[in-house]
Amino acid sequence: MTEEIVLSLVRAFVVGGALCVAAQLLIDLTALTPARILVSFVCAGVALGALGWYEPLVGFAGAGASVPLIGFGGAIARGVREAVEEEGLLGVLSGPLSAASAGTAAALLFGYGAALLFRSKPKRT
Amino acid sequence: MSRITVFDPARRPRILAAASAVGGEEFHGPLGPLFDYHDESDRFGADTWEHAEGALSHVVLSLALKRAGMDHREPDVLFAGDLENQCVASHEGLGSFGIPYCGLYGACSTVGEGLTLASLALSAPGGARVAAVVTTSHYCAAERQFRTPLEYGSQRTPTAQWTATAGGAFLLSRDRGEVEIEAVMPGRVTDAGLRDPGNMGAAMAPAAADSLLRYLEARGEGPGDYDAIVTGDLAKDGSCWLSELLTKEGVLIRERHFDCGTLLYDYEKQDVHAGGSGCGCSAAVLAARFFPAIARGEMRRVLFLATGALMSPSSLLQGGHISGIAPVVCLRRREGDV
Amino acid sequence: MDRHFSPPDYRERVRRRAAATPVVKNAARAFLVGGAICAVGQGLYIPLARLTDPRQASVWVTVILIFAAAALTGLGLFDRLARHAGAGTLLPVTGFANSVVSPALDSRSEGLVLGVGAKIFSIAGPVILYATLAGSLYGLALWVASLFA
Repeated sequence: MTEEIVLSLVRAFVVGGALCVAAQLLIDLTALTPARILVSFVCAGVALGALGWYEPLVGFAGAGASVPLIGFGGAIARGVREAVEEEGLLGVLSGPLSAASAGTAAALLFGYGAALLFRSKPKRT
Repeated sequence: MSRITVFDPARRPRILAAASAVGGEEFHGPLGPLFDYHDESDRFGADTWEHAEGALSHVVLSLALKRAGMDHREPDVLFAGDLENQCVASHEGLGSFGIPYCGLYGACSTVGEGLTLASLALSAPGGARVAAVVTTSHYCAAERQFRTPLEYGSQRTPTAQWTATAGGAFLLSRDRGEVEIEAVMPGRVTDAGLRDPGNMGAAMAPAAADSLLRYLEARGEGPGDYDAIVTGDLAKDGSCWLSELLTKEGVLIRERHFDCGTLLYDYEKQDVHAGGSGCGCSAAVLAARFFPAIARGEMRRVLFLATGALMSPSSLLQGGHISGIAPVVCLRRREGDV
Repeated sequence: MDRHFSPPDYRERVRRRAAATPVVKNAARAFLVGGAICAVGQGLYIPLARLTDPRQASVWVTVILIFAAAALTGLGLFDRLARHAGAGTLLPVTGFANSVVSPALDSRSEGLVLGVGAKIFSIAGPVILYATLAGSLYGLALWVASLFA
């Protein structure tokens, strides 16, 4: 049991780390801006989900696949699939954002809270 | 002699006083003790970064006036600029002095542009008798303006530069001061086709080379005629490019070349990537390091090439280039006494 | 004199030399930090999955990481970490959180509506737009396919 936990942590570490390395290499070795790279990763996540490869990856790496931005895309693909199954054409519209709603709302609310609580600080090297 | 103005030796504009003020990071750099004023919090008593830059410009001109023993009613004209949108820091910070004001934008080269215009204003018959030049930059305001929010976690390339929180003020007079302006020459907009805002030194180096070669050729001089050739903020990478471009033309400046962006920070202790930049960088370093050295006679003739990277974030997104510009100001110690 | 300082090879030479980023060091740091964030996520997931179902647990992990990144952003620590970690903090959901929180915090000086409100998606906007677009295209394809099933 303990061994299984340790292994799942290691798998999350290695897969998550490898995805970050891929992004870092794209930043350093290509002329792509970080914003474009993030967009590519989230779209790649949707594509992985659409192809049915995202779920096995999460099954293997757990948070190593769901925490990086492809997880956002993967969750959206799954949300869309379920929404289209339930609601038909309307699911095309309601699916994407509802799948990402908890994370997006959390970021918005915490962002607003931070804006009220904190003040931007002088920057040091 | 139309593109370069060499003043009549008997009527050279003179710099009567200079003052500098910096933020915390700059104060902890190697030139720290030389600056007249610093604020560890970078806020200069203001509530926002934009207002802080205005307050910084106010502080630095007050210091220069005090040093010159001058009332704020004395300057006839003020040339000032900064890096904020619509140069808001300069008019907000300096408007209350009531000095007739010309707002300038030359990116980080603004102090050179200001000194050029001020000395031309002084040399015009019936023109100003005393002129002031103030330029500032603020790291936090510039980040917000040109890059990303301050708390956004981004990684910079090694060629990127650190906008200095700094300001410099100069008071120019027709008849007082130990430092004279011998000649001035505006720079040309030099487009080398570069687009990387993380490598502005490389974009400015061709402008500095262009100005230096044009200037030396027009005056029939070489680098050896100067004790120092001071560039604004090419930083480490830009300085290498300048040296390389000039070497190709057979002009060697290395042993007498100083760069304000390179002098301002300690590369061992401060992670400023290639070095400093910003309108305040060259202004504060000129005011704190080179102006006193010339006034004391430690340096006799100094060629000052402020450097600017001309661009806007929107223009870059539209495929525009970063152009460089480098106005030239030749400073010299006043000789003998009249 | 009319020297033209844009010899055709200057741009190329600048591009080549500027590529001297510490690629290996950056990649190593991205691996360590990014891996660590994911491992923390997994460490949170395991107990949460026992308390609730796996799907909700995964969402809670996301929310907790977003909260942590928001707090670090507010304290001015996130950008210091990200400067070294690069994609290690950018790619995990922490980077998404930072990209929402930092413009909100930063534009507080322009007011709560036109500052915070208008700027909050200024960096995260592209990710949300293209994720929605990709998701909807996939949904449309599924719906069309379902018509012929």
